[in-house]
Amino acid sequence: MSDVRILGIGMHPWGKWGRSFAEYGVVAARAALADAGVTLADIDYLAAGDTMRNGYPGYVAGSTFAQALGWAGLPVSSSYAACASGAVALDAARARLLAGQADVALVIGADTAPKGFFGPLPGERPEDPDWLRFHLLGATNPTYFALYARRRMERYGATPKDFAAVKVKNSRHGLANPNARYRKAFTEDEIAESPLVADPLRLVDICATSDGAAAVVLARDDVATRRGDQGRQMHVAAVSTVTPTYPNTDLDMPDIATDSGVGAPPPPRPFRDAIAAAAYEEAGLGPDDLSCAEVYDLSTALELDWYENIGLCGPGEAEALLHSGATTLGGRVPVNPSGGLACFGEAIPAQALAQVCELVTQLRGEAGERQVDGATVGLAINQGLFGHGSCTILTR
Amino acid sequence: MKPRVPVLEGFFSDVDGDPRLLGGHCPRCGAWYFPKQWSFCRNPHCEGGPLDDAPLSSRGRLWSWTDNRYAPPPPYPAREPFEPYGVAAVELPEEQMVVLGQLARGTDTAALSLGQPMTLVVETLYEDDDAERTVWKWRPEDSG
Repeated sequence: MSDVRILGIGMHPWGKWGRSFAEYGVVAARAALADAGVTLADIDYLAAGDTMRNGYPGYVAGSTFAQALGWAGLPVSSSYAACASGAVALDAARARLLAGQADVALVIGADTAPKGFFGPLPGERPEDPDWLRFHLLGATNPTYFALYARRRMERYGATPKDFAAVKVKNSRHGLANPNARYRKAFTEDEIAESPLVADPLRLVDICATSDGAAAVVLARDDVATRRGDQGRQMHVAAVSTVTPTYPNTDLDMPDIATDSGVGAPPPPRPFRDAIAAAAYEEAGLGPDDLSCAEVYDLSTALELDWYENIGLCGPGEAEALLHSGATTLGGRVPVNPSGGLACFGEAIPAQALAQVCELVTQLRGEAGERQVDGATVGLAINQGLFGHGSCTILTR
Repeated sequence: MKPRVPVLEGFFSDVDGDPRLLGGHCPRCGAWYFPKQWSFCRNPHCEGGPLDDAPLSSRGRLWSWTDNRYAPPPPYPAREPFEPYGVAAVELPEEQMVVLGQLARGTDTAALSLGQPMTLVVETLYEDDDAERTVWKWRPEDSG
């Protein structure tokens, strides 16, 4: 089977810039095209991740970016999968390339985020689980993150100090990342003084909401070998975009109840484990092969859950793995060398692509002060609400 | 005195001091749903037939909990001044599912522990000109 490679990457720095998401997307797309050594005229498919918070242009992000870049008569697609939108768009582009229906594709995700908590879309919609959880329960995103964190404390003896250690690590990783929004090294004392948002999580345990954009240029093997510097092209070994398997008895945002375990066998794996397993299976690789990983640290505590979900350690062992230094730059398998969401905040449809941009930068050996030595295999994993998984594995 | 009215119809009942969540139950495979949401069973091992309306167990075990210190955005009807509120996830043994609810007002979250027995109660979520709007909540059993 033929392969797909990433020829170029581009980002617009994360922050609160107060401009249209389309402007950030164009900056990232132009940077990715230049990095790939191609122009818009070389692109024959454009896939985008949607944003729900920027009106109609956000729902039709593919055509919004196509228009903003200058109509080029391209087929476009727009994908919505919440935080996993970027990976679903990447997968759409990859499928086109592998089917021989396009040679070079451009994938873009960009967002302009509101201040503070994410809320549901306006209107009175009792049939919408996202509306219900806010109206009936006041169950914000940090509420769910806190429920997971508290469960980790009760089951495995994790402490707020463990969560703070994740923040300390990621804040140091992101210091030298020019695309990161927050470039400040946090100390445990500073974290302990941060206000409680949803016990046990403090403000700095929880990722912010950001503006930002990321883009990648992809090509099929046979096309890629005719273009650019082969040493800077990275292989897409797997893209997993799986849903949970019924019955999903783990609490999942934005639902107010899980599936019932009655009347069906339990799924082979819990959802987050299954997201990674599908990617490992496609790539023919396993956790021991990873040089580094970008995991979706919506909260500091959630990063520890991901260590176990992607198989870096067994259940309840993440705190020990963290404190061993294995997941810190210089360790066995650095996690979130970019600084992660702790340093970026989430720009929803851009985030899965931003993770991919970081892996490409690491595998190329172009990450500067945050470089993972000798990186050859990278995994990026993320989960979007409403049952969207996303995991991408890249190899040199 | 204002009438007490559920904040949304169809989610819970409170007859004679016996609060119950109103869910769906599949007569074929036995699966439960809350809220009922759709008319049919979505267990892929089942034939996907119509669900019965059925109340859920009103007791379960604490799966996790938190205490929210900031006012959420609308459509949460936050009181002025804002009052912190707890949220609990409770596992229902018979239904083998976890259901969220706010913690009953006055619950001491520092005294909670995983697996402790919880019971369903109905409390006022907010008040408007016409009524006290009520919602289901979870209360630790040993707190009376």
